[in-house]
Amino acid sequence: MKIQDDVLAGLIEINSKVLDVGCGDGNLLLYLKKNKRIDGRGLEINQKNVQECLGKGLAVVEGDAEKDLINYPDRSFDIAILNQAIQQFYEPRKVLNELLRIAKKAIITIPNFGYWKVRLNLFITGTMPITKTLPHSWYDTPNLHMSSIKDFYNLCSLDNIKVNKSISISSNKISDITSNNMEVKNLISELGVFVVSK
Amino acid sequence: MNIDYSKINKIIINKPLKLDCGETLEKFDIAYETFGRLDESKSNAILVFHALSGDQFVTGTNKVTGREGWWNYVVGPSLSIDTNKYFVICANVLGGCMGSSGPKEIDPKTNKPYGLNFPVITIKDMVSAQIHLLDYLGIDKTLCVLGGSMGGMQALQFCSLFPNRTYSSVPVACAASHSAQNIAFNELARQAIMADPNWDSGNYFLSGKVPRNGLAVARMAGHISYLSEQGLENKFGRKLQEGEGLKFSFDADFQVESYLKYQGYAFVDRFDANSYLYITRAMDYFDLYKLNNGNLSKAFKDTKVKFCIISFSTDWLYPTEESKKIVIALNSIGAKVSFVNIITNNGHDSFLVEEPEFFQTLKGFLDSTYEDFKNENSR
Repeated sequence: MKIQDDVLAGLIEINSKVLDVGCGDGNLLLYLKKNKRIDGRGLEINQKNVQECLGKGLAVVEGDAEKDLINYPDRSFDIAILNQAIQQFYEPRKVLNELLRIAKKAIITIPNFGYWKVRLNLFITGTMPITKTLPHSWYDTPNLHMSSIKDFYNLCSLDNIKVNKSISISSNKISDITSNNMEVKNLISELGVFVVSK
Repeated sequence: MNIDYSKINKIIINKPLKLDCGETLEKFDIAYETFGRLDESKSNAILVFHALSGDQFVTGTNKVTGREGWWNYVVGPSLSIDTNKYFVICANVLGGCMGSSGPKEIDPKTNKPYGLNFPVITIKDMVSAQIHLLDYLGIDKTLCVLGGSMGGMQALQFCSLFPNRTYSSVPVACAASHSAQNIAFNELARQAIMADPNWDSGNYFLSGKVPRNGLAVARMAGHISYLSEQGLENKFGRKLQEGEGLKFSFDADFQVESYLKYQGYAFVDRFDANSYLYITRAMDYFDLYKLNNGNLSKAFKDTKVKFCIISFSTDWLYPTEESKKIVIALNSIGAKVSFVNIITNNGHDSFLVEEPEFFQTLKGFLDSTYEDFKNENSR
């Protein structure tokens, strides 16, 4: 998703040290390396993906964030990225807090379960929603902990995590999320992008 | 087997090499081979380190034994280490028996083979010797230094000692120190050699009677440790040699027995028993943790080297956990490190056999690293 890469790139300063957790095939890291000259690292559980990353010249470790983040020293990165992966962890809360130990800031993106199409899908069909950003059936989805934008905000306030910036992406439209427009954005956003810190 | 040592290329280094044991080699030989061509910007040199039983004949035909190179699956035209593209260098380790200075070679002081008068060497000594080969070839900085098993240890040691002499490194199926189990297996091998009466305290070159049985048993013990339980099961199971049932004797009834014997005795023709003692000792002494007061990260402080650590899931000699420790140490100092654990049944031997996921990982890493290194050199 090009627009999403642009949004993320816009949140990252030139020459930052970046850890992309669940970096997939490494396209985002490569994009940031080219456009923001980042010093990037990746952590990825799928070996095929890691191999692709290595072919792109990226430094990526095959591993499981829930087990391996503990090995990264405190504040060793400027930014940690968790791009549409937080919902796939057994303990998303723990992972989020780990990222903020390792990096000064974290950028988290979530597929928004509060999006109206998701709500409508469940409301009308009475079955678990299947949409563009949530393409899996309930029985084979990697997504264990779905949340809405509002849910994510609530977790942050529970854990004293500062939300420095939050952005809504919907049908390629980008807008800021504020406490005033929260209810609306929670309804109309496909994706939420958050810059958080402690 | 026709063994012809006359075809070995070697250079004589006329500079003293101070060894870890305190002794100094006033001069020493390095036997080596190269494959492919060095490009104009000297950006494509890859230094391969061989393992315990390997030699400089990485690929093609081994000019001494007439057999295939030990890494024919990996090094060659269009392979992971593509000799159409890269200039591959491999030297026989110090203490080895393929032409580099070692117990089999002539001691200039006595004009007789060194035997056990050869000083005990370490992985660090091996690597320190090979830097002279790079100097001789006029290569300031290699694209990559790499190897499996003891080759991986040398790669790690090289990066620690000479961080500015390589752009990247791929330590495969190795560890930053030898475990008690590793030492135990090596001691078993050494005891087998030394228990052979022909060994004669290492002086078998005087009688000409080689400790064949001892060395073969040593090799057999090694071989068991290179394979996984599942790998052995898949390959041999309880299959019998003749298919006629048990012979109720101590001949090789089972296929696995005859396989081991074959491997053991085939080795004897091409390897020197004293060399086996020296090289296994060097491996046992290898401990990058201790060398850095327990902090492995210190071994690579401020390193710019790009690492790709590769382990194999069923390698119980150098388990994946040992590779992960290296990854963690490198990660904690912000080094550029990648890591892949290949899922396989082939145990420690995985790096030497047909292992497509390994090949792909290595190729992807080397090719992209080469592009980066070329760009850096042209700037």
